[in-house]
Amino acid sequence: MTSRREGSPFAGLSTIALKEAADHMNSIRIHLVMVLVLLTAIGSVYAAIGQIKATVGEDQFLFLRLFTTAQQPLPSFVFFLGFLVPLVAIALGFDAINGEYNRRTLSRVLSQPIYRDALLTGKFLGGLLVIAICLLALWLLVTGLGMLLLGLPPSGEEIARGLAFLFASFVYAGVWLAVALAFSTIVKSPATSALCALTAWLLFTVFWPMLAPLIAGAVAPIDPLDPMTAVHQIHVQQAIARISPNTLYGETTLALLNPATRSLGLLFADQLSGALMGAPLPFSLSVVLIWPQLAGMIAALLVLFTIAYVSFQRQEIRA
Amino acid sequence: MTTVIEARGLIKRYGHFAAVDGIDLTVEKGEVFGLLGPNGSGKTTTILLLLGLTEPTAGSISVLGLDPLRRPLAVKRRIGYLPDQIGFYDHLTAWENLAYTARLAGLISKEADGRITGALGRVRLEEVANRRVATFSRGMRQRLGLAEVLVKKAEIAILDEPTSGLDPQSAQELLDLIRELAGEGVTFVLSSHQLAMMQTICGRVGLFRRGQVGLVGRVEDLTANVLGGTFRIEVETENADLVKVLAGVRHVSGLTPLQGRRWRIDADADVRADVAHRIVGAGGALHSITMRQATLDEVYVRFFEGENHDVAA
Ligand SMILES: Nc1ncnc2c1ncn2[C@@H]1O[C@H](COP(=O)(O)OP(=O)(O)OP(=O)(O)O)[C@@H](O)[C@H]1O
Ligand SMILES: [Mg+2]
Repeated sequence: MTSRREGSPFAGLSTIALKEAADHMNSIRIHLVMVLVLLTAIGSVYAAIGQIKATVGEDQFLFLRLFTTAQQPLPSFVFFLGFLVPLVAIALGFDAINGEYNRRTLSRVLSQPIYRDALLTGKFLGGLLVIAICLLALWLLVTGLGMLLLGLPPSGEEIARGLAFLFASFVYAGVWLAVALAFSTIVKSPATSALCALTAWLLFTVFWPMLAPLIAGAVAPIDPLDPMTAVHQIHVQQAIARISPNTLYGETTLALLNPATRSLGLLFADQLSGALMGAPLPFSLSVVLIWPQLAGMIAALLVLFTIAYVSFQRQEIRA
Repeated sequence: MTTVIEARGLIKRYGHFAAVDGIDLTVEKGEVFGLLGPNGSGKTTTILLLLGLTEPTAGSISVLGLDPLRRPLAVKRRIGYLPDQIGFYDHLTAWENLAYTARLAGLISKEADGRITGALGRVRLEEVANRRVATFSRGMRQRLGLAEVLVKKAEIAILDEPTSGLDPQSAQELLDLIRELAGEGVTFVLSSHQLAMMQTICGRVGLFRRGQVGLVGRVEDLTANVLGGTFRIEVETENADLVKVLAGVRHVSGLTPLQGRRWRIDADADVRADVAHRIVGAGGALHSITMRQATLDEVYVRFFEGENHDVAA
């Protein structure tokens, strides 16, 4: 592209974003995924409420337990969300660009007075809008269920932590939407790009936790005579695990929803001296704790979006 | 006459292959210009270059006095484009599809509504305006594409293969519509490999071959220049020595014997009456006399004769 361009690169942006969002809201594909998420969410929260009522009598953060309590055989709400949110995001984005090629609508749309930037960004924003609406609805549903069944309102700090959790989930979904968008620009066939995105999802949600220790073992073997090598290996393993957005999201939710979390890495006894074990961290310190994780996810999102952007700008749009 | 499209030394290379290899073109306001040539001769590539959807390797383009690469939005606001394989959002209705592109084109909804209704009426799709495009036939989609150009009130309409895949009647209807719009002052650039069909509608044509424009001009001029005469007359006659009979007849440029008693006369005017008169006057029996206007296909074949060509008809 030429260096100096006239007009706004955002001409048509809101039109595209709103159309995309409306399309998603009307598509059966998204309805299916949302029903899946909704059912699991209700199931896990309902089970959690039973557990909370039975065991915890006095808990400062009863409401946050709604999200994190797992009742056999159901995992917790947070676990479900970490597992299913990528699926929603992939369903929203896997055919964003190559779908337009295949429908042969791309050249018609791009012959309107808009830049390519607007199309790509509009599709991304449209997807984000849908995700935001769905997550907010889900969050309100869970909070409402909790108030109804537990019979008490959440405290101010619980609301703050809950909202921060909502935001983290939103960013996490954004990362996966960017993954899907990048594949949809690079790969020409929607079926293939969906498979690619799902493969990445499986790799990071299922296999990465198994692979991280293996890789760490190979990269930083433990010397039985030197205890520091064990520490080193754990550090390496943690660094590798954090390549996965799921790890970052898991750590973020842990710190936000479990106020007793003081650190997301290894802690030595001397670092804990003076700390009250089990005492909750104030919300502001929890935010400081998750800051690197959150920043990492946002950075991943931007990098992925840039990859999609660059690949789209260079493409021939004959179709 | 003002020039609305001007291209100079346009080159587009894909790797070492030059899809467009040094093209010069000018299109005047209000004319119907045909980019004609066989498959793969660079018509679509030229169109993408004019629209600024592809960057040229070399050369300059000016559309409505603007450079499509530097002022893409201003250019695209005033050009309508009908791609060769046109697609719509199948889950939306015809009306919704047009409304979407109208919004992208920056039309406010009240004005767009009126224009969409008018445009759908013009292409005779008003009855199916609220049907999903998934149910549309090829010809209906093509007309819907033209409606989009109408909604935009484009000054220049660039249509890539507008009649391909249409049955003869639909094609003719589409051409009639184009002719009507051209009469209202819209400049058209049409691409096609159906030379014979296009010659009826194009004021001027450029004949493409391997990324180059071999010939540009009005259809009559091209046929006259390349084929020697625009008119081809076939006579079937007996007892007359045509060579002698036609000696000195004005406008006749060639005489070729065909099978049996048939002859072909090339002329640059309609000389049928004169020829008939002379044959009869010389005591010959005239069985038939017919005239066929030369087609662009013949021009194409003749002009690129000897080269290895593949004209699709
Ligand atoms: N992206 C590309 N990479 C390499 N070659 C290409 C590319 N796009 C087009 N070409 C080549 O450029 C040449 C011209 O293509 P173009 O589409 O302009 O032809 P056309 O005249 O429109 O043909 P048709 O009548 O089939 O539509 C063809 O030989 C084609 O193979
Ligand atoms: Mg073509």
